[in-house]
Amino acid sequence: MLQYTIRRVLLAIPVIFGILLVTFILARSVKGDPCKAILGEKATQEVCERFIREHGLDKPKLVQFGIYMKDIARGDFGESIRFSRPVTTILIERLPTTIELSVTALVLAVLFGIPLGVISAVKRNSIVDVITMIWANIGVSMPVYWLGLMLAYTFALLLKDTPFWLPPAGRLSAGLVAVPFFEVWNWNVTEGTALYGILDFISHMFVFNSLITGDWEVLKDAVQHLILPAVALSTIPLAIIARMTRSSMLEVLRQDYIRTARAKGLQENFVILRHAFRNALLPITTIIGLQVGILFSGAVLTETIFSFAGVGRMLFEAITARDYPIVQAFTVVIAMIYVFINLLVDLSYVFIDPRIRLD
Amino acid sequence: MAVKKETFSNETQRDYRSNSLFFLTMRNLLKQRSAIVGGLILIILVLVAIFAPLIAPYDPEAVLIGVEDVKKRADPCIHLLGCPEDQPQHILGTDGNVRDVFSRIIFGTRVSLFIGFSTVGFAIVIGTFLGAVGGYTGGWLDNLIMRLMDVLLAFPSLLLAIAIVSFRGRGLQNALLAIAIVTIPVYARVVRGSVLSVKEQAYVAASRALGGGHLHILFGRILPNAIPPLIVQGTLGIATAILDAAALSFLGLGAQPPTPEWGTMLGSERNQVFTAPHLVFFPGLAIMITVLAFNLLGDGLRDAIDPRLKQ
Repeated sequence: MLQYTIRRVLLAIPVIFGILLVTFILARSVKGDPCKAILGEKATQEVCERFIREHGLDKPKLVQFGIYMKDIARGDFGESIRFSRPVTTILIERLPTTIELSVTALVLAVLFGIPLGVISAVKRNSIVDVITMIWANIGVSMPVYWLGLMLAYTFALLLKDTPFWLPPAGRLSAGLVAVPFFEVWNWNVTEGTALYGILDFISHMFVFNSLITGDWEVLKDAVQHLILPAVALSTIPLAIIARMTRSSMLEVLRQDYIRTARAKGLQENFVILRHAFRNALLPITTIIGLQVGILFSGAVLTETIFSFAGVGRMLFEAITARDYPIVQAFTVVIAMIYVFINLLVDLSYVFIDPRIRLD
Repeated sequence: MAVKKETFSNETQRDYRSNSLFFLTMRNLLKQRSAIVGGLILIILVLVAIFAPLIAPYDPEAVLIGVEDVKKRADPCIHLLGCPEDQPQHILGTDGNVRDVFSRIIFGTRVSLFIGFSTVGFAIVIGTFLGAVGGYTGGWLDNLIMRLMDVLLAFPSLLLAIAIVSFRGRGLQNALLAIAIVTIPVYARVVRGSVLSVKEQAYVAASRALGGGHLHILFGRILPNAIPPLIVQGTLGIATAILDAAALSFLGLGAQPPTPEWGTMLGSERNQVFTAPHLVFFPGLAIMITVLAFNLLGDGLRDAIDPRLKQ
């Protein structure tokens, strides 16, 4: 187990190195003068020269790459052109929103996708199966931003003045404030410390924050704002998970040991959940891990549609404003998270299927 | 040969049709409802793309203000459904620049199919080359190529495409290149897999013994095995490519106005969703139908080509 973990972690290192190399090459491939690209067209010759010296842009490319890696290792992604603030600070402010949104979407996708897939496999060719599979096919073919806009139109406009009305934009209604839980509980933390950073990060997940502080008004409002983006974002992963669960279950249900389990008189539910589902879980876990990539890409589009102030929305704004340091930092951070999550998925195999330990 | 007639009692007719992989696959394919639906939609789309100038009532980029009495972002007006005869007919309404949305969507078929086929074609050529060279030669070159592919796969593909385009400059050409680049690893892996699986087979050794050169063995003997999985992967890849290209265009990174590209159309009118929902609904529907067609056909092809999945 330990050996497997170590080997798997070591395998991630060249990938992370590769990610840094690719983003470095991309960032250096900006057309035109790098200084003008980063500081804007108005940058004077003097400012540019100082900028180039400070950032080591006059040094050999290899040295530049070394500086780049060292900066990132220290968590320094440079300064945003548009906001003139450290990119890391902005990322930390915006990331909780995206995490809350993506986690909600993933939970929705798993919660509905897996049962639908299992039922479809067990009751093959039934109405449930046919409808699920048609929906799954349509779901993976839908542009997520289109679905988001259509949901916003339906729930914010058509269902206006009904109890089903949902807000089409933002995270909280005007006038509502999510008071951080550590302020509610009068914790004595000084701004600027690492602890404050962590607590502040957590408190930016509005649903979670209002839940633990018991602020029901804010909770209801935050949930209402979260529903549409989360549903839109969860559609594609839901469809993919349902399809994978179905085909994986079908594969397992054909096995001899399922027939044996039935033959010895076990209850059908027991056979399906303990014997079949347990063994079908491995490919399902893999596909769930891969959904994280889809969630992050989808978050860029969904947050843009719903004016949801997460990193996705930030990336969209940064692209429009050609705020390159943000685009670069975002790409690196998301790719790292993606690698990390798939590392966790790989490690979870050992618990799902003990036979892998022997490998 | 004297074979007892009883043996064939169940098979009243023997099957004399061709047994080549192509015909077997086609026959399997026609047995699948989803593949037929996907294939039919695709045929219609191709016909629409070819005959777009005949189907579209207007020039897709023509601004109709001053040309006829029509407002910007006008609702759909269909004479058959009770729209007054004195108003010009716009089946799907007009957009913010007073252009006929229906004509734009029809011409958009061309753009989307072009995007799908060109990106996947490019990715398949490069991916096949990398995968074949890696799988055939093995050793450090193989290792280098596959680690490079791993790195590309380490990024969520759409995000990497977004990053490439935002650094390299927006526009349809860069968007297509970006989408092609991020999908290369898929094809490289498929080809490498089939090269490895047949490399040591006796018929390859035989070809070598007969004096066949590396190129002859690789292209003539080994690579044909990779064609079926490439077709499956390519069909599904076209679906993803169209979806991703539309997303890039939606973000303003891909096709630039006034190109009638569905993602661009949707993106430029997205703030009007509450006042003119038809401007958002129809381009999105077009994207969905096209992507769905390729997905259905790809799934069908996979089931038809891979006998293991036949049930």
